[in-house]
Amino acid sequence: MSMNRRDFLKTAVISSAAIALSPGVVGNALAATDILVGSIHDLSGGLDAYGKPMQDAMVLAAEEINAAGGLLGRPLKIVTKDPQSSMQQYAQLAQELALRDKVAVLHGGITSASREVIRPIMRKTNTLYFYNTQYEGGVCDRNTFCTGQTPAQNLATAVPDIMGRWGKKIYIVAADYNYGQIVSQWVKKYALENGGNILSIDYFPLDVTEFGPTVQKIQAANPDFVFSALVGGAHLSFYRQWAAAGLKGKIPMASSTFSHGQEHVVLNASESDGILVSGNYFPSIDNPANKAFTGAWAKRFGADYPYITELAAATYQGMHLWAKGVSKAGTLDRTQVLEALESGISFDGPTGRVSIDPATHHCTMDIRLGEVKDKKWSVCETWPQRAPLDTSSVCDLIKSPNENQQFVIKI
Amino acid sequence: MDYLIAVGLEVVSGIASLVLISIGLAVVFGMMKVINLAHGEFLMMGGYATITAANAGVNIWVSILLIAPLVVGLIGLIVERFVIRRLYGRVIDTMLATWGLSLLFIGLATTVFGNTTAGISSPLGPVNIGHVGVSAYKFFIVAVALAVIVALYSLFKLSRFGLVARATMQNAAMSSALGVEPPRVYAATFAIGSALAGLAGGVLAPITGVVPSLGAAFVAKAFITVIGGGSTVLVGTLSASGIFATVNQLASFATTPVIGEVALLGSAIILLRLLPHGITGRFFKGRI
Repeated sequence: MSMNRRDFLKTAVISSAAIALSPGVVGNALAATDILVGSIHDLSGGLDAYGKPMQDAMVLAAEEINAAGGLLGRPLKIVTKDPQSSMQQYAQLAQELALRDKVAVLHGGITSASREVIRPIMRKTNTLYFYNTQYEGGVCDRNTFCTGQTPAQNLATAVPDIMGRWGKKIYIVAADYNYGQIVSQWVKKYALENGGNILSIDYFPLDVTEFGPTVQKIQAANPDFVFSALVGGAHLSFYRQWAAAGLKGKIPMASSTFSHGQEHVVLNASESDGILVSGNYFPSIDNPANKAFTGAWAKRFGADYPYITELAAATYQGMHLWAKGVSKAGTLDRTQVLEALESGISFDGPTGRVSIDPATHHCTMDIRLGEVKDKKWSVCETWPQRAPLDTSSVCDLIKSPNENQQFVIKI
Repeated sequence: MDYLIAVGLEVVSGIASLVLISIGLAVVFGMMKVINLAHGEFLMMGGYATITAANAGVNIWVSILLIAPLVVGLIGLIVERFVIRRLYGRVIDTMLATWGLSLLFIGLATTVFGNTTAGISSPLGPVNIGHVGVSAYKFFIVAVALAVIVALYSLFKLSRFGLVARATMQNAAMSSALGVEPPRVYAATFAIGSALAGLAGGVLAPITGVVPSLGAAFVAKAFITVIGGGSTVLVGTLSASGIFATVNQLASFATTPVIGEVALLGSAIILLRLLPHGITGRFFKGRI
């Protein structure tokens, strides 16, 4: 086909007009009254098992808020981005959400690495940010709220309790990035304070699938129990190889991460039964808010939904905490919403009461110990209203509101 | 003592895994001088074939030992017919084409199976050596690796096909003059190499789980083993696997799996510095 300049210009004009009038662009213009809420979770890639329930929790919370009349009389609209477990994508998509979509708030980020990519972008663009994942603690940024539990909160009571059940000799296996490194130091601290003994701490990069030598080393060390802070699809192999070597019934295992990636759904009951997990949420929690939550979840996403994770519950609560802040402020203005959220907002959610601590922007919440049996969790212990002790030992946003860093907490 | 036996078993099963993941590549590279950069994806497809069949109710052993090599062997046949055949003797072009194929297969697998870890449980229970438990599946891996080596040796050394294949690889024009059809021999050899990769993927699926990007984790190790082994297919793969896996596993025991990988790569660098043509460039010349 030959084309002269005039034809080319004609085509160019027509096609750009067509692009300008295409439904996407028009849709944005007409939906100006919607409040845009950014959601950035890994929906594919190695962390998708963590991200998908979080995304669903966003949808459920937004639909509930919309059914009750929206926020400030306007409906919420979720803008979803999938960074595919890649940090580069996180940077690009977070910028897009903040600058192009101009979302009122951004919820998301799963690993601490992804949070540290998002957080500075949100601060620079004055976009409110909620991080709804349990993590190693220490983030101190007035623009950021962390609704997941942190190690001191989670482990201060759980480690001594588990040692009381099984014994004092502990072997730790952990994912080799900041979360795994830091959480194992907290386990060590609480174990030593309670007369325990750490035989070894082994770290594994997220893509390691061969645990043969490790399984043998653990046997040789003969601990009273193994504490796992392993993360992600590749590390599933550890539990499989552990059971295949016949250690399942011999050496018990506790974890602070097991179940967040739906490990117990993918593994056989015989590979996972009896593992203890300390955390904030299990679907079997007996309170009215959780019954309503799990009921609504089943209705929305099907009764055969694999598993409502702790991260999903935290995301759901993060959305509601933010919505309460906006309602209280009566505006979407970031400074006023921040002030409202700092005024002591709390929400009675599926995990019990969660309250934002104004000094750290972390949450006070219940901590529980759960046991898996036949792919279902039962709660064997509850420690109500634990404060984020680790972060509050280093961070005070009331005194220094301009603080902007993740403290490395001296353990 | 029991612990030492367990360590020894880990080393042996490490060697067996390395033999399995690299033997398919060694056959294709050693016999045909084709560098198949999609080798890792052939492993991955073997893994998916096994898991899909097992989840569909096929007996697990049939899925691992028959379905995985058959499916991937068939894919290899198709790939040879439409891509590799057109590029014989053009090393760089083949590398580029197979690299493209590897991206294509990763994309296809992600579309079909999703980018999640799929897996099945290890089909054999534990075995106790004294009071140390080990997975009985490790014995199975060793057995499969041995069987593959014996079968390949018999095929290439004792069968008529092997004789013709070796003759073709040595001098295609001469064997063609003697009535052999080189394209058929190439196709069969490539299919065998692919089937072996598929088998390795099937065998490893219950241990590692399968993701579309699985190949990347193995392809580097497979290449290092094949290059370290040199041009002789069986002896080269065996000796290189023996050295690298032993270094890897012992270093993993002494330190961590990360240092184990580093030690493997380090020993490969030293080996290739001393023996630039691989182990069989200096020793065991002229064997299979």
